[in-house]
Amino acid sequence: MGVEQKLGNMGVITTSLEQMVNWSRTRAMWPMLFGLACCAIEMMVAESADYDMSRFGMELMRASPRQTDLMIVAGRVSRKMAPVLRRLYDQMPSPKWVISMGDCASCGGIFNNYAVVPGVDEIVPVDVYVAGCPPRPEALIHGILTLHDKVSKEKLVQPGK
Amino acid sequence: MTVLDLAVQTLHAELRESYLETITFRDQITAVIAPESILPAARLLKTSKNLDFNLLAALTAVDYWPENPRFSIVYQFYSMANKAMLGIRVPLPAEKPELDSIDSIYPNANGHEREVFDMFGITFSGSRDLRRILMPWDWEGHPLRKDYPLGEEEIQFSFNFDEINLRKHYARD
Repeated sequence: MGVEQKLGNMGVITTSLEQMVNWSRTRAMWPMLFGLACCAIEMMVAESADYDMSRFGMELMRASPRQTDLMIVAGRVSRKMAPVLRRLYDQMPSPKWVISMGDCASCGGIFNNYAVVPGVDEIVPVDVYVAGCPPRPEALIHGILTLHDKVSKEKLVQPGK
Repeated sequence: MTVLDLAVQTLHAELRESYLETITFRDQITAVIAPESILPAARLLKTSKNLDFNLLAALTAVDYWPENPRFSIVYQFYSMANKAMLGIRVPLPAEKPELDSIDSIYPNANGHEREVFDMFGITFSGSRDLRRILMPWDWEGHPLRKDYPLGEEEIQFSFNFDEINLRKHYARD
């Protein structure tokens, strides 16, 4: 995918290429199994038949970070887990996105003590925050659709890079 | 007489001045002993034929800051054959929070002692493996002490949101 960035901004050709690339990225974004605590149950329910995530192409949850592009951090991150989380994020190939699901991953939730990291955005850069304790499966799917909107607006050629 | 009374009597005879007092509550008995005699007491409880306290059910600590002695280690021994639970308390001063480890006699004491070391800072000499178990290995401080701060992060309301937002260290790629 590096040719387009080297050719630069070529007007119409770059725009349609961007649209095509973003379309393909949103249509089959594979999430990584990162359910840590109670939010993982809501994530599993969103995967299952009632609220289907496979209509977005996301039914395949890979355990290996090398084969995923989306990391849904579901649940509270303890201080011992934080370096592990960072290492798994580093192992994901770019382009990669992070959804912080639930209150504990976004801001520490109801926990304010020595054991829980207050917000996973101190460890990895987050794209979409989904609030709730736990968020309903519809809320998670709304978060995923928000992420799809964000991805479809991404540009291939960054000005100034 | 019951096994618990027999245990108290045997400990009294063996430890003499190290045996400090007996606390009785309904039919539970707790013996308070001095720190240097925990190892002979544990050996006696495990190996003596008519006592036979073969299970260490609990090993925790209490922090009574600012009273002195500050810490109090609580042991609970259970005898499966006699179905009796004996409690032992060891008071420790704040300047010298050290104790002998009993994991040569009761091997499952290792995990409990690691937790007590991690949370309270009480070192167990002679332990086969003493390192932090709940917090990360390079954490400073002992969280369950009474002088450890309670909350870690200042709560963001709308009036102080912007200043906290500037200070908070977000992760970059």
